[in-house]
Amino acid sequence: MQYVKHGKICADEWLHVGNEGDLPGQGNLIVPLARWAAVRDELLARKNPLGIKLASSEAPERIREDLGRFDLVALEFPVFRDGRAYSHARLLREQYGFKGELRAAGNVLYDQFSFMHRCGFDAYEVQKDSDAQRFAKALSEFTVRYQPDPDGSPSIMELRLQPYRNVKTVGARP
Amino acid sequence: MYRYDEFDHAFVTERVAQFRDQVARRLNGELTEEEFRPLRLMNGLYLQLHAYMLRVAIPYGVLSSRQLHKLADIATRYDRGYAHFTTRQNLQYNWPRLEDMPDILAEMASVEMHALQTSGNCIRNITADQYAGVAADEVEDPRICGEILRQWSSLHPEFSFLPRKFKIAITGSPRDRAAIKLHDIGIVMVRNEAGGAGCEFWVGGGQGRTPVIAKCINSFVPKRDMLSYAEAILRVYNMHGRRDNIYKARIKILVNEIGIKEFSRQTNEQWAHIRDGALDVPAEEIARITAYFAPPAYEQLQNEPAALLQMRAADPAFAAWLRSNVAAHKIPGYAIVNISLKPIGGIPGDATDAQMHAVADLAERYSFDELRVTHEQNLTFADVRQSDLYDLWRALGKNGLATPNIGLVSDIIACPGLDYCALANARSIPVAQRISERFADLKRQHDIGDLKIKISGCINACGHHHVGHIGILGVDKKGVEFYQITLGGSADENASIGEILGAAFSYDDVVDAVEKVIETYLNIRTRPDENFLAAVRRTGIAPFKEALYAVR
Ligand code: HEM
Ligand code: SF4
Repeated sequence: MQYVKHGKICADEWLHVGNEGDLPGQGNLIVPLARWAAVRDELLARKNPLGIKLASSEAPERIREDLGRFDLVALEFPVFRDGRAYSHARLLREQYGFKGELRAAGNVLYDQFSFMHRCGFDAYEVQKDSDAQRFAKALSEFTVRYQPDPDGSPSIMELRLQPYRNVKTVGARP
Repeated sequence: MYRYDEFDHAFVTERVAQFRDQVARRLNGELTEEEFRPLRLMNGLYLQLHAYMLRVAIPYGVLSSRQLHKLADIATRYDRGYAHFTTRQNLQYNWPRLEDMPDILAEMASVEMHALQTSGNCIRNITADQYAGVAADEVEDPRICGEILRQWSSLHPEFSFLPRKFKIAITGSPRDRAAIKLHDIGIVMVRNEAGGAGCEFWVGGGQGRTPVIAKCINSFVPKRDMLSYAEAILRVYNMHGRRDNIYKARIKILVNEIGIKEFSRQTNEQWAHIRDGALDVPAEEIARITAYFAPPAYEQLQNEPAALLQMRAADPAFAAWLRSNVAAHKIPGYAIVNISLKPIGGIPGDATDAQMHAVADLAERYSFDELRVTHEQNLTFADVRQSDLYDLWRALGKNGLATPNIGLVSDIIACPGLDYCALANARSIPVAQRISERFADLKRQHDIGDLKIKISGCINACGHHHVGHIGILGVDKKGVEFYQITLGGSADENASIGEILGAAFSYDDVVDAVEKVIETYLNIRTRPDENFLAAVRRTGIAPFKEALYAVR
């Protein structure tokens, strides 16, 4: 497995822990939602940055109140066909204003990178090495897109408007 | 019609390159079939009983002559010289090779076409009324919103891995020819009190094993808000639609489980966050797209020119075709012509490459270079001068395309069934062919009047049997093909699901059973213009049951 952040393969400084067993004394931990619920105070007492992992069936609504306590949210794709986390990512970024690392975990494959990126993910646990190496290519397959992206890159509709209106974004109503 | 600008061209070209890479990775083994499957499906490529099958998107059913020529060339070069027009206003090739796929897509891209999202769990090709722009009662041309939605739904980053497929249909006129109430989202163009055109949204319709009529979720969404509203619906569905059971994964199940009120509440909650944001459709963009669908340069003409009346009186075959295949146009002196792809005994929806070239030439000559594909597997020329009707009819006849049976008993919808489909229980196409032959006598067909027979080879209902006036469903009884008959279904603005008549019939007996149903109708109708559906609605299925099963 390779870890890709902001488009580059790098060393993963985070450690996943499960629902059982002792918490390691050191290190940046990513804990499942149930663990967070169970040992919340113990986790908050630690000095290290804290991450949380949500299964695709766990709505981000459930951590909304606590979002400020996490430096990282990992969203799980149990199989690539399960697309719930795309919506969850957009909620976290666009409605809840989460600014930390948003990590795609699980069945993360080459042909999903661009969709994930466009929904606000910025880090990926990539199963196949060859996929990770071609990460940049995945994001460059398209130079144009029909939908507005959360990162603010203009949609085709906005590009078309530029000659009409001397503005980059058309978000606000006239 | 809509023409690509440089952005649309770039997008489709890049999509072809992307798929070329995906195919190469499958062929060199880097991708397993399991991993490749959703990728190929998102490009309309199925693996069928005998071969791959490619579905080409025909957005809201509109084709130019140039595009149809190209589709015919592809049929010649990469298939076996024919193609199949489907109930989704798509076109299917039944025999392409995987290796050829990227080149086929590149050829399609050269005429502004693609196979994007014609299958897979994403937003599918958007369908619309084939009389768009020419129906007298139309509020607004549905292709405008159709095109806006087509662009928005293309490789949507959030909605490419939905619980299940998602189908949107639009009609601009209150008379529904697009079966919008049987789609995941149905849109009717309506006017509000201020006179502005907007979208009435229906949600949660569908066929398959659980047929459901859609419910109205919002009676007026301004056009500028249509994308944010659709996005809100899709987001609720993507998050909450069931993923544990493929048979319960369509939006109709979610809407039924939580109720339309709750579904609507959640939609509005999402909508509130994204309305008035980047998805707002600017007036300039609406105007830009509307301009592509401006009416063609109509001449000032009179209705029913003398030459037409003369030929109609002189030639009964021409008169019969006028009666069934030609519909009223909103502009005087023009007519809508429906071209039947249901010759007696033929395969519903099939066309040869030669026929496709001929139709393309005729569209260029007689209908402003454009034609439409209907969800009933026929073709439509929307803008024919009435004075040209006779010449057009003769030319169509020379190509085997003038069967005067639109809306009649032999104008049958049938899915591919066991002849092609891996999921089928039973054959559909030969049943359609045999019914068509049984009722070959056109006088008899016209006497029977409006009648929609729809056949599916299994409960997935690709042949719309639930909404056939007479529906025929292939079932498997211990390895033997049987056919269940339903009566009283309808896909129009008064949509209804057909009621099961009784025990299924064998392959040999099903045509007799259909004939008996029709004879019963002829006996019970109060007047010749009480059509089949009206009669069934009046009497219920009892008299038909009696006629079919009493003797057994
Ligand atoms: C030959 C291969 C085909 C396969 C494997 C296939 C598969 C399916 C399946 C599994 C469903 C049920 C979906 C559900 O209930 O969730 C379905 C429904 C449907 N399919 Fe097909 N189909 C095929 C061909 C076609 C063709 C040729 C058409 C016509 C264009 C078509 C149009 C439809 C329609 C209209 C429905 C019902 C509407 C609805 O989904 O609610 N299919 N198909
Ligand atoms: S209805 Fe069944 S048999 Fe017919 S095409 Fe669909 S899946 Fe195949």
